[in-house]
Amino acid sequence: MSTRIASSASDKFGRLIDRSQQITFTFNGNTMTGHAGDTLASALLANDQMLVGRSFKYHRPRGLVASGSEEPNALVGLGRDNRFEPNQRATTTELFQGLHAQSQNHWPSLEHDIGILNSKLFARFLTAGFYYKMFIHPRPFWKHIYEPFIRHSAGLGKAPDKELKDADTYEHFYFFCDVLVIGGGVAGLQAAKTAAASGAKVLVLEQNAHWGGRAPVDGGLIDGKAPEVWIEETRAALAAMDNVTLRDRCMGSGVYDHGYALGYERLTDHAPNQGGPRHRLWRIRTKQIVTATGAIERPLSFAGNDVPGVMLASAMRDYAVNWGVTPGQRVLVATNNDDAYRTALTMHEAGVEVVCVVDARPNGGGALMDSAKAAGIRVETNYAIKKVADGKRVTKVALCAQNSDGKDFEEVEVDAVAMSGGWSPVVHLWSHCGGKLNWDETQAHFRPDANRPPTSHDGQGFVIAAGSANGDMSLADSVTDGAVAGAKAAEAAGYPAQTADAPACTDVDEAPMLAVWSMPAQAGIKLRMKTFLDYQNDVKVSDVQLAAREGYESVEHTKRYTTLGMATDQGKLSNINGLAVLADSLGMDIPQVGTTTFRPPYHPISMGAIGGEARGEVFQPVRKTPIYDWNEANGADWEPVGQWRRPFAYVKSGETVQEAVNREVKNTRENLGLLDASTLGKLIVKGPDAGKFLDMLYTNMMSSLKIGKCRYGLMCSENGFLTDDGVVARIDEDTWLCHTTTGGADTIYAHMEEWLQTEWWDWKVYVANVTEQFAQIAVVGPNARKVLEKLGGMDVSKDALPFMEWRDGTIGGFDARAYRISFSGELSYEIAVPASQGQAFWDALMEAGAEFGVMPYGTETLHILRAEKGFIMIGDETDGTVIPQDLGLHWALSKKKEDYLGKRAHLRSHMADPDRWQLVGLETVDGSVLPDGAYAVGGGVNGNGQRNTIGRVTSTYYSSNLGRGIAMGLVKHGPKRMGEVIEFPGTDGTIYKAKIVDPVVYDKDGEKQNV
Amino acid sequence: MSKAVSALNGASFSGMADVIETGLTGMITLRGALSDATFQQAVVDATGCAVPAQRKVIQVGGNVVVWMSPDELLIVTDHAKAPAMVDTLSAALKGQHALAVNVSDARACFTLKGVGARETLAKVAPVDFDGAAFSTGDVRRSRLAQVAGAVWLNADGSFTIVCFRSVGQYVFDLLKTAAHPLSAVNALG
Amino acid sequence: MLILECPYCGVNAEETELSAGGEAHLKRFGPGSSDDNFHDYLFVRENPRGVHLERWRHANGCGKWFHAARCTTTLEVFGTYSAQTTEPPQEIKDKISARRPGWSWREFS
Repeated sequence: MSTRIASSASDKFGRLIDRSQQITFTFNGNTMTGHAGDTLASALLANDQMLVGRSFKYHRPRGLVASGSEEPNALVGLGRDNRFEPNQRATTTELFQGLHAQSQNHWPSLEHDIGILNSKLFARFLTAGFYYKMFIHPRPFWKHIYEPFIRHSAGLGKAPDKELKDADTYEHFYFFCDVLVIGGGVAGLQAAKTAAASGAKVLVLEQNAHWGGRAPVDGGLIDGKAPEVWIEETRAALAAMDNVTLRDRCMGSGVYDHGYALGYERLTDHAPNQGGPRHRLWRIRTKQIVTATGAIERPLSFAGNDVPGVMLASAMRDYAVNWGVTPGQRVLVATNNDDAYRTALTMHEAGVEVVCVVDARPNGGGALMDSAKAAGIRVETNYAIKKVADGKRVTKVALCAQNSDGKDFEEVEVDAVAMSGGWSPVVHLWSHCGGKLNWDETQAHFRPDANRPPTSHDGQGFVIAAGSANGDMSLADSVTDGAVAGAKAAEAAGYPAQTADAPACTDVDEAPMLAVWSMPAQAGIKLRMKTFLDYQNDVKVSDVQLAAREGYESVEHTKRYTTLGMATDQGKLSNINGLAVLADSLGMDIPQVGTTTFRPPYHPISMGAIGGEARGEVFQPVRKTPIYDWNEANGADWEPVGQWRRPFAYVKSGETVQEAVNREVKNTRENLGLLDASTLGKLIVKGPDAGKFLDMLYTNMMSSLKIGKCRYGLMCSENGFLTDDGVVARIDEDTWLCHTTTGGADTIYAHMEEWLQTEWWDWKVYVANVTEQFAQIAVVGPNARKVLEKLGGMDVSKDALPFMEWRDGTIGGFDARAYRISFSGELSYEIAVPASQGQAFWDALMEAGAEFGVMPYGTETLHILRAEKGFIMIGDETDGTVIPQDLGLHWALSKKKEDYLGKRAHLRSHMADPDRWQLVGLETVDGSVLPDGAYAVGGGVNGNGQRNTIGRVTSTYYSSNLGRGIAMGLVKHGPKRMGEVIEFPGTDGTIYKAKIVDPVVYDKDGEKQNV
Repeated sequence: MSKAVSALNGASFSGMADVIETGLTGMITLRGALSDATFQQAVVDATGCAVPAQRKVIQVGGNVVVWMSPDELLIVTDHAKAPAMVDTLSAALKGQHALAVNVSDARACFTLKGVGARETLAKVAPVDFDGAAFSTGDVRRSRLAQVAGAVWLNADGSFTIVCFRSVGQYVFDLLKTAAHPLSAVNALG
Repeated sequence: MLILECPYCGVNAEETELSAGGEAHLKRFGPGSSDDNFHDYLFVRENPRGVHLERWRHANGCGKWFHAARCTTTLEVFGTYSAQTTEPPQEIKDKISARRPGWSWREFS
């Protein structure tokens, strides 16, 4: 039975909990109590909740194996509703009042699960690669039978309700330092202390709420003091230094190029009612990193090593010392090293009966073994666990000689098993950015190779491993290594060299461990099929052996085939044991097999932390014109155009969007329309060489433009494709103002700067992006002049301001620049006023225009009006593969100019190909609207058996002026096929028939705009 | 003109730092040869400020001159005075290769002040805003989360933040979020 | 995530402030050039394992383009330099030689 250790046992047990503070929580609906300082895991143990989940594939009952972030089994759904989160580790969840946890992967309940049948009936079949082999035939079964079945049984936790938004907030924080120490154990603290003494700016991250790592549990003396005393003194001294920042509950999550590292700080997980952001992602730039991330104990490979109550020896010790709980009253310890004897001694001291220490080594261990014997504990060497009996908790264990196949065995009755297969340094952060490892034969683990560190911008190493993360396993070695690492890091960061003085430590000498990859050594297939390597993904020794037999030699392939190490714990417990089994099966050495790649994050971090502040109103920037609020208040149906929001149409109550568009189109043609055109790009280009420069950028001549006049221009990329268009105005002798498309403002500005800075840097030209300086309003329709004249000011008559000219002046008291340009074919002015006065000017136009039938119109009307006139739109008629010649714009390609961007490309053979699709108008036979993007089909089929295409629709609308659909498209030999009817199969099965016509379908002679 | 309004019309927020949209602010982009004597004299005559060194700002009276790039300055002045200052600069630089343009209305401008100001900025920009790294008179152009911006530290300890007008609301909301009263990091000096 | 020092504003800019601009020192071919030269100018790029010369722009910063000499395998940065040059300055070439003796890239070494 798993219980709290009575406080009378010793002060030693429960050092992190406050027994005077009761905390109530629920697990699977049952109310339980724990203490302040408990983790959910320790509180569950205190409540005798041995069973915490079901395994992924076989639904086997599982209990706690570990006490930290390496825990593979105890994953729970935490919280409710908009704070629900699946797959949270009980071991890293600090207990708080009202915590609500739900176990996962079982049905109908944790205690009675139907999926367990998988284990009993199908375990033989669900081997490595089972899914690949089983579900491949017959093919049609995949979609309707196999996939739904697999999806139903796949996954651990349930995803949160998609209708609910996470109630919490998150943030990022950029931090810069000289030395980042990851891990606040004794090695990390000592490294920070030494580094900080040099004056370097130091940041120390500790993933837990308490400092010091394992040392307080493992014992020994530092500087003659108990570890926890030295830890607290050191922590306090560091905290008092101006050049040191300490963060607990903050995990070093990843190490990246050039000294970039991520820290994952959990601010309110332990106190959800505190308010403020829940997680903070530290985006750290540092010169040097010390990874003092400790080591993780490995399980032993024996049958039934996954039965609830079997846990790592260090975890059992942690639960006893840190939280004052024991998972059993009669425990067995199995080991291949001395460290596990600490668990035996600790449990003994706590009043728990230690039935036996099973030591696989032929001659057992050293001083710690002697202490155990002296305490009266039974110790057996060359001994092994043959099998732990199946069940929801440990009841019975069969023991046998290690060097045997287990035929001869004894049975003992125990209720918990502590196992230790040795220790693996946590090398993840060392390895994230390319740090290499060496195999340490003596300690049977991979450890960082200091000669092959990850390198930074200067080609020098920037990560130093310290303490047990560096393979220095004893207390003394670990602290000394911390001092060395701290000194090296500070010096590499440019600070004065420090002597790496470390306090003296007292520790027990340990006898060598023995690598044991199978218990007992000659375990047969029946045992190996119950011997788990990866608990979370249910990968067994037999699976890895099968993969090897089937020819998997690469560790990366074996990982993916068997899913070993691919679960949310990323193989923290299982990797080395799995590698050893693979190496053994292949007849290779472990270093020959190598490790899989370590990738960030070290431990799963929340999506919220990754997104940071970017949610809700600041999910992404929404660019707003000065008239945005008015548009919003007046029925704007918004259309995103890049990051801008532009009104698609202004919808009145009782109207559909289409009806609003029809109304706006007619009203603009017949009366007066206003368009918020503020988003159009406006670039000032000035300098003695500005004309020459614009002649290179535009396909037509801009240097010859007269002051006061406007000219429509095209821009091509260097490989000839049309990229942007707009009206250019000559402002004075050496100044032009270039209008770009809405989407082109930033890119064309950057394009201009690129050519000026990187190719023609001796040309005297300055460019300024003044797009947002102006609110620009298109005043369009037969009454356009009337409303401007009513407002009064500058002369906007036909003679004073002819078509394609511009003037500065005032209109209605506003400083304005009026461009007489038209994208609609109507009498039209575009008026630019300072953005700060944009709304006021719009209001003035609306008021003065009332008697002329003024209505605002949106982008859809803009599109329809231009399409009726056959004007192209960048992004509709162009898609990055279209050249001006395709669009019948030959007139805009200067023949006089020797050079412009795109000119050379237009001479390439396929650019002059007469088979290129060309722009035409398309008129449906029945007046309907062609589907956007539809392809026209011709005769025959292509190599894939698909019908040959001969064209596509680029723009298509319903024109309320004409009472029918209008469209433009690119068609092979189009202009030569006027009057021909071609077919466009729609995705709805309908065949749309359209006649090829002139793209200009309204006011062909252009009389309306030139009045 | 009295009908003129700034991007957010003086909106403000108070959290671990105060965020205030400054209202109408005059701004001029001035491009030219920063080391040229005539250019430097034109800047002094128009603003009272010398041309600042790389990544520095110079403040004299109500005017601020901000180093933006090796050939670009931003002049901050009264909104009403900006058009005349553009004319003055253009006249003084006539014959030189230079460009002065009024961008007052193309920008939104914020003041950020209070104990949490540095940390508020450190949440949105990949820049070291620690006191040891960023001092009075320093300017940095960077990104504010997802948009471009410029930040400088004034003599009174407040920061000025400039971004494009169209994203003024985004930047205000961003700073407001970052300055949440319960979000102090306590890591910058 | 890279850091490059912008030679124009002196900032050690992280990658999110920068935009990559492809290969450096391309020679532009315009009207009058041969099909082969023009084709190579448009489409043919170096893709080395090791020393590479690139264009970058301090997009979320001073807006200036600059050049960087960098190792594509280790991400070591040998130096950054002005965009207004058709070849890497001797100082940069020396820095590369110090770290990668015998290097070559297009016509430079």
